Amino acid sequence: MSLPLQDLCRVAPEIVLCAFAMLVMLLAPIVPRARHGILSTISVLGAGIALAATRFPAMYPGAAYSGLFRADAFSLFVHWIVCGAAFLVILGSTSYLQREDLDAGEFCALILLATAGMGIMAGAQELLTAFIGLEMSSIASYILASYKRDAPRSNEAGMKYFLLGSFATAFFLYGIALFFGASGSTRLDMMTPLANDSARTLLKMGLGFIFVGLAFKVAAAPFHLWAPDVYEGAPAPVTALLSTGPKAATFALALRILADVGAASPLWFWALWVAAVLSMFAGNLAALVQTSLKRMLAYSSVAHAGYILVALATAAATDHAEAGIAAALFYLVGYALVQLGAFLIVAQLGGPGERHVEIEDFAGVARRQPAMAACLSLFLLSLLGLPVTVGFLGKFYVFNAALESNLIWLAILLGLNSVIAAYYYLRVIVAMYMLREPEQEIAAEPVPWTLSLVLWIASMGTVYIGLFPARVIGFAAKAALNMR
Amino acid sequence: MTPQIAVFLVLAAMAVAGAVSLILQRHPIHSALSLIVVMVSLAGLYLLLGAEFIAAVQIIVYGGAIMVLFVFVIMLLNAGEEERTNVSRMARFVGVPLGVMFLLEVAYWIARATSHLAPPAAQLVSTRDLSTLLFREYVFPFELTSFLILIALLGALVLARREDSD
Repeated sequence: MSLPLQDLCRVAPEIVLCAFAMLVMLLAPIVPRARHGILSTISVLGAGIALAATRFPAMYPGAAYSGLFRADAFSLFVHWIVCGAAFLVILGSTSYLQREDLDAGEFCALILLATAGMGIMAGAQELLTAFIGLEMSSIASYILASYKRDAPRSNEAGMKYFLLGSFATAFFLYGIALFFGASGSTRLDMMTPLANDSARTLLKMGLGFIFVGLAFKVAAAPFHLWAPDVYEGAPAPVTALLSTGPKAATFALALRILADVGAASPLWFWALWVAAVLSMFAGNLAALVQTSLKRMLAYSSVAHAGYILVALATAAATDHAEAGIAAALFYLVGYALVQLGAFLIVAQLGGPGERHVEIEDFAGVARRQPAMAACLSLFLLSLLGLPVTVGFLGKFYVFNAALESNLIWLAILLGLNSVIAAYYYLRVIVAMYMLREPEQEIAAEPVPWTLSLVLWIASMGTVYIGLFPARVIGFAAKAALNMR
Repeated sequence: MTPQIAVFLVLAAMAVAGAVSLILQRHPIHSALSLIVVMVSLAGLYLLLGAEFIAAVQIIVYGGAIMVLFVFVIMLLNAGEEERTNVSRMARFVGVPLGVMFLLEVAYWIARATSHLAPPAAQLVSTRDLSTLLFREYVFPFELTSFLILIALLGALVLARREDSD
């Protein structure tokens, strides 16, 4: 029996996030609309303090609340990703909210609460707790996707996401029910040996349903069809959040189930294999023919989910899954930094109402806004996996882990897909630097300092971790070891 | 056939019929009424399993409070009959057969898995045991649910608010 105070310390980041979300909601009606920037500032502060509050679970690792939640190096690592993503998205969207005349209060509160849900998913040791975390992040995402209420595209995105997402949630919940029927508990870490074959059959079915629910949330093929429409219709900063935080948290939950439930590895291996290959091809091939940059990045994020699934398949394939788990965690860091940066640049360069998000609109950006063009090129090159960037090392670790566990075919397909992807990433860079500007002049808006700061952090991170990955990969390896 | 199984079959048939009618009805009010049938038959199933507290909650909260809200919303929106769109060919010729196959497969595996299971000894879980479990061991997810509801409330506010006139 641990002290309640220690339990509170272990969920300190979530407490901070929820407290700040409520503070922002209380202040929103009081603060005059013209000064809603204050709410963004408070929320950025909240996300920052939550990031700092990960010190507490680091100091008191262990199980909390009768073992339903666990603070360990793994959950800590995922907390850094999701809290960091929330910090950067809120900071980077400040000017966007003003430009589009959207309320900052609810926007920031929803992001903070969603992030708390993601943090809970990262540490959950029990399926119902994980489910509530998942729903916190999902429901907030549905609302955020349709946040621009007067834009039909945004409404459509929210509606599609909500309907399909609820369907996936039903799968996940049914999976939990079968899991409970088989093992008599929803705990992941205290799996009792199963009584007989019938229980094993039920467990397998449960895990199958859970897999479908999780695969939907990370937009892995063949459950990815919602992603392009939602990513395109949602306000760009929301897309930046959707494609990073919830994905990282859902992958974390999948890894946790893989590590704790012994039966999951052999059962999920082929499912992960097939989903990885399908996602890589579906994402990359569809991205080739897109004309909208937002849509292209959406398909590219499906492909990246495929690369991470390769790492998960590696973790499921062998008894020492550490290399695969560490590779997945490292990939998620690099991917989050780059994806966030790219979507925030799209939000800025798209101009009022995000009207200029076609790839041809980006022609000649290098002349109009050289710094933005340079940043976007860096992020695209990192997504492509060019050396010196963090994307290269992410792919390298996944590739290496796949080779070490003798998944030669997966490794080959991963390499092949990286080559396919080069075409559409480079097309954007070529458009920015070499093509002539479109006929009608697109006014270059000044870049607000908040966005500059975010892009500076993201690009510095991309290059710095790309050059000196030792600390991050070291911690990822520690997190992977710490899980079992 | 024991009486329990007979009652179960009747309730289960009611639940499924209600759910199918919920989807097929054209008028939202009729759909809402079908949903009440589903809720009440589910409550009966819970009672059959010995979960009297859950059964009572199901009737009071779902069959009562939530359904009243549904009906209110339908009345306030003054929602008329739905217009039918043509079901896409893809859904009709690929989706429906695949869905039926999936359903049969799941039914088959569950039937196979549970045929060997010994029926659990009839045990009544008292409301006191339930609350002990809920407020001791599962207090963390219980408290989290309040934030989940807060998010949903916030969402309703964001999406339904009238545009400021300023």
